[in-house]
Amino acid sequence: MSEAEAWQPSAREQEREAVRRSLRRRSLLVSSIATVVVLGGLVLGTVTSPGWDNVKATFFSWPDARDSFPSIWHAFWTYNVKLFLIGEALILPLALLVALARQSRAAALLPLRIIAVVYTDLFRGIPTILLVFMLAFGIPALDLQGVTNSLFFWGLVALVLSYGAYVAEVIRAGIESIHPSQIASADTLGLSRTQTMRHVVVPQGIRRVIPPLLNDFISLQKDTALVGAAGLFDALFAARDYANFNFNFTPYVVVAAYFIVLTIPLARFTDHLQRRAMERERQGAR
Amino acid sequence: MSEALLLATDVRKTYGDKVVLADVSLRLEPHDVVCLIGSSGSGKSTLLRCLNLLEDIDDGVIEFEGREISDPRVDRRAVRSRMGMVFQSYNLFPHMTVLENCTLAPRRVHGVPRKEAEERARGHLAQFGLADQADKHPDRMSGGQQQRAALVRALCTQPTLLLLDEITAALDPELVGDVLTIVRDLAEQGTTMILATHEMSFARDVATSVCFLDQGRILEQGPPAEIFTRPREQRTREFLARVLG
Repeated sequence: MSEAEAWQPSAREQEREAVRRSLRRRSLLVSSIATVVVLGGLVLGTVTSPGWDNVKATFFSWPDARDSFPSIWHAFWTYNVKLFLIGEALILPLALLVALARQSRAAALLPLRIIAVVYTDLFRGIPTILLVFMLAFGIPALDLQGVTNSLFFWGLVALVLSYGAYVAEVIRAGIESIHPSQIASADTLGLSRTQTMRHVVVPQGIRRVIPPLLNDFISLQKDTALVGAAGLFDALFAARDYANFNFNFTPYVVVAAYFIVLTIPLARFTDHLQRRAMERERQGAR
Repeated sequence: MSEALLLATDVRKTYGDKVVLADVSLRLEPHDVVCLIGSSGSGKSTLLRCLNLLEDIDDGVIEFEGREISDPRVDRRAVRSRMGMVFQSYNLFPHMTVLENCTLAPRRVHGVPRKEAEERARGHLAQFGLADQADKHPDRMSGGQQQRAALVRALCTQPTLLLLDEITAALDPELVGDVLTIVRDLAEQGTTMILATHEMSFARDVATSVCFLDQGRILEQGPPAEIFTRPREQRTREFLARVLG
């Protein structure tokens, strides 16, 4: 370490450092100008358009935003956020099980494999909103004894079934992307197929598909609004209620803001987790 | 003294507090074959990566073909298009056939027409005994074949300098010979090369100059006959005694 302290950069290195600094300054300047020009142009183009005053009054009215805020927040929290959080917790294990079932090679598990294939094909194919309608209206219509008619419950089931199929395919893609040499080296260590999946393949596969998984989860957050279409008094329903009563569309913008506020931190958090994992793994990688 | 192809002067590289290269100076003339020897972690690979601009150096100057390439304003891609590098772990692109691996850079970087690039690649592949492997994907080949293909890929861009980073370290002894024969042929054809290697007998036969690296410094440098028979430094003697048994 004394060596590191004793070292003094040569004149050439100092000169180079100055060049690097000026290159950095120049790229900072270019990026700032580009950002200001592009964003400024977009904002300017919007506010100078002929109908802007009209749009501003119907979509960006502060008093209406303030008035609709609490009722939308209540609906958003009790329905959308809960649908999302509970749905998420159910979708991940369901999707993982389906993906693993499709990957299973044991002869006795053939029926499971068939069910998994049919499930993904079928539920990815049906539009989510139709699934919500079929379960939310169809099941109560059966008049079954001891079965709930809760709109929230059947909406949740519809979302879980639909997204479970999507997420299962994403996870399967991750599992299949792991190089066969990884499975071979787990085999040679004497791990069983289940252990290989559990300890070697699935952890790597999941890590690889975190960005598309996040995609699906953000999509799910937004699709919780579909349950509102079946009559659940969610955030979008509350906004529509207010908008129809007051002839002002600002609540829709408020709902949009709620959804964005929910998704952006999640996206940044996953980015952060992933970068940290990658840095840890690739430290000193050549 | 004739014009130097590569001239490194007092190169320094650190990772945080750790000094990986210190005051490394190296001079290469066309047709030179320089072997870097030394224990793992002595800085051989880092030096090659610095020369190829994969790592930024912290001090010193690297000149290649008469121009300073350690300048931040230099176009790295232009430098690399004149310098080939082969890695210990082959690093072939698994989604392409061998032929596609070998024609990618000539076609996309150097603008060689497809037909000509393929002819050249097939010529090199045949020369290295890989004629029948051209349309295979790398994962279906043995380690020795993959490493030879990686060499061909580097040669196909007709580099003026070839950097080889312990290219036989991952191969079993039987295959090491195949790869080294090729490197020997290249040396005889006058290819300028820098090799980081653990193959001492090969270094003795082929190198025009051998550098012994220890803790990021070139401790001793000279013709192989001198380094291997009359090492000046105690550390070099110890190292050679260990690796030569």
